[in-house]
Amino acid sequence: MREVAIVSAGMTPFGELWQSSLRDLFVQAAREALDAAQVKRVDGIYVGNMSGGQFVGQEHLGPLMADHLGMAGVPAVRVESACASGGVALRTAFLEVASGMSDLVLAVGVEKMNDGADVTNVLATAADQETEVYHGVTFPGLYAMIARAHMKTYGTTEEDLAAVAVKNHRHGKLNPKAQFRLEVTIEQVMNSSLVAAPLRLLHCSPVSDGAAALLLCPLERAMEFTDRPVKIRGSGFATAPFALADRADPAFLEAVNHSATRAYEMAGVGADDIDVAEVHDCFAIAELCVLEAMGFASPGGAGDLTRSGETTLGGQLPVNTSGGLKSKGHPVGATGIAQAAEIFEQLRGEAGERQVKNATIGLTQNMGGSGASSVVHIFERV
Amino acid sequence: MAGIVGYGAFIPRNRIKAEEIARQWGKDPQTIERGLLLKEKSVPGLDEDTITISVEAARSAVERAGIDPSRIGAVYIGSESHPYAVKPSGTVLIDALGIGPEVHVADFEFACKAGTEAMFVALGLVESGRVEYAMGIGADTSQGAPNDALEFSASAGGAAYIFGKTNLLVEVLETYSFTSDTPDFWRREGQFYPRHGGRFTGEPAYFRHVSSATRAILEKSGFKPSDFRYVVFHMPNGKFPLTVGKQLGFKKEQLEVGWVVHTMGNTYSGSSPTGLAAILDVADPGDLILITSFGSGAGSDSFVLKATDLLPKRRGFAPTVRSMLDFPRRYLTYGEYAKYREKIILNTES
Amino acid sequence: MPSPRYWREIPNRLRLEAARCKGCGKVSYPARLVCPSCNGMAFESIRLSRRATVVTSTVIHVAPADFQMEAPYALAIVQTPEGARMMVQIADCDPADVGPGLEVALEFRRIKQEGQSGILCYGHKGVPAR
Repeated sequence: MREVAIVSAGMTPFGELWQSSLRDLFVQAAREALDAAQVKRVDGIYVGNMSGGQFVGQEHLGPLMADHLGMAGVPAVRVESACASGGVALRTAFLEVASGMSDLVLAVGVEKMNDGADVTNVLATAADQETEVYHGVTFPGLYAMIARAHMKTYGTTEEDLAAVAVKNHRHGKLNPKAQFRLEVTIEQVMNSSLVAAPLRLLHCSPVSDGAAALLLCPLERAMEFTDRPVKIRGSGFATAPFALADRADPAFLEAVNHSATRAYEMAGVGADDIDVAEVHDCFAIAELCVLEAMGFASPGGAGDLTRSGETTLGGQLPVNTSGGLKSKGHPVGATGIAQAAEIFEQLRGEAGERQVKNATIGLTQNMGGSGASSVVHIFERV
Repeated sequence: MAGIVGYGAFIPRNRIKAEEIARQWGKDPQTIERGLLLKEKSVPGLDEDTITISVEAARSAVERAGIDPSRIGAVYIGSESHPYAVKPSGTVLIDALGIGPEVHVADFEFACKAGTEAMFVALGLVESGRVEYAMGIGADTSQGAPNDALEFSASAGGAAYIFGKTNLLVEVLETYSFTSDTPDFWRREGQFYPRHGGRFTGEPAYFRHVSSATRAILEKSGFKPSDFRYVVFHMPNGKFPLTVGKQLGFKKEQLEVGWVVHTMGNTYSGSSPTGLAAILDVADPGDLILITSFGSGAGSDSFVLKATDLLPKRRGFAPTVRSMLDFPRRYLTYGEYAKYREKIILNTES
Repeated sequence: MPSPRYWREIPNRLRLEAARCKGCGKVSYPARLVCPSCNGMAFESIRLSRRATVVTSTVIHVAPADFQMEAPYALAIVQTPEGARMMVQIADCDPADVGPGLEVALEFRRIKQEGQSGILCYGHKGVPAR
């Protein structure tokens, strides 16, 4: 397999984008990436999207988006892994270039959630229809159960959860494309209304529209398109038992753990080598569990780590400098790509007020459902 | 001789006090409680209906009978609140219990008498030899119209009886049914609440049929009121069964155990069947028991029963009626009650 | 709830039928074709006992459309003595009283109605054991 680089990125703002349709969002993000690299036509397109079908009644997104990019004829397909669709689109694009099959491949994540669909019901299709959704579970409900198990085993508190939200809002305030650009306090988080106990409104990522895009090419050609390419050093993907009830320990995200191990192995690095990371904080508890599953914190230690400021900008390992899903927004299929776009900017020194000094190696972690799928990528400044 | 080989009851855990309903409608709680002799009633949750109540009661009946449910050859559920207008309650029950597919199933209806009616038919089928075991169930989650007298009493619950010819817990010595066309209480198709004839529901309806059936069965069987250890009548409120009992020559002690209405309310098709279950929970071998139901429209089914030696040995296998009446209860506000009973107007689906 | 799906799911929803792997003994609920433990495909059908212990739980405040009238309600992952785990609502108690370790009985309940004209969906819920 040959080495692969990201040579440009694009991203729409995330938020309630009433003026933009699903296809508008896709084209906007994709064109930003294409224009930055001055590329007119690509060899392949991967569309990361959880459910165009259920949100706006649109399937078959590959050819639709290729057509709207003015590239009808180019091989294009949608990939899906619930909230990890974006990360999986990146992985699949990476494999296509690494294999030698194609040179220029676009990985674009997009989701349009605000066109009137019953969002709770659509998101619930990422959970087990027969054993979980039938009984009235919601996405926050699943993570709430994970939180309760974590609290029981490790003594994690609601303040620990709130600290994650506070940190990510602090970062998001510095991100011009974030959905929410305001800080919140621990008290505000702890007093927000209950969604699924113990998770409150401000522990939960919002409903968003948005898209993000990355252009990949073989490392040996990268300089044709940019003077600061970012290399993909590792990609790891894993699944876990689907229903929360079928996992040995509900508080342990085994798919995250395995996907990280595989990515670290491929990249030849360890958790200590990572300078900056974007992880999947769909709910505050998720960030804590992910940090533990990836080896950034000891089992049960992520709460302390967060409150100590280590994962805040300026700390040892800044996590979610983009604002995370919480503050930046979570248009489901776009998230995995947006995470990589943030790391891309960080490693090129273009993250402005969010810049992590001397960031050399970065990581993204993107997961689907209640952790049934997880994909990790490791990037390096070239 | 055929009789009862297993019995079970189920009463939902939610309750609402008569005084809470009275306050809602600006009525004096004391007057209501004294007039109806009702303190509180059971309320089904949004997740409970005649089918769920029947299944739990039937499971208890099977436990007490100690038989393989697949030997039950007929299942009849009597109710005036079957969840479907068309699709039997009984079919859900048989698949839940593992009865059938070789089984005869029918849903019965006759206002509050549908339970004893199901029992009567189950008994007859076993007596005829056509099936080995047959189950008759009375269960309801009936509605009382807001600000109507019946709102104080209409409650939810039910009991199940398995009939057979061997290992009887209770012998059935005699039956009698008294029926006539009497329009005391009715509900037309599509109406949410029933209507009734006010005071006409008393003398010409309840009292006439309960008395006639009971007097007739006493004559037919040769027993007198004092021969019975326990008696239970249909309980539309706390007063009627005590009044008719007295009129017929029964004493309060004979009525007490079966008189569960005071804290349960009127479970319609489940009323006298549940009262009977409460009696079977404590009856001694050899005790004579009389049950007379009443269903508006109108009719009464009467049974003379005798407890056997086996009854005390088997009844411990399932919860007693008293334990369900006295233990975990949750008291609701009128607003919660209205929500659970779906009395709050919502948009109909498009 | 489409008719075929209701009908296929009867053994697992109405009777709590699970599958015990003949190879390694693992109990899968609902029944599966392939054992997640040993990959075997030979099973015996068992009926789970109607009692369980809460492993973890939550209280759903913001509910899906079908369950809105019932919110807030407790939802839990429970484990039966046979080792099967399932997700069920916990009913007939203050949702705040539900937590890991609570012993429950599994009672037959109507899970959802689907409006005024759909098929009624049944199953089991946990209620605090007496």
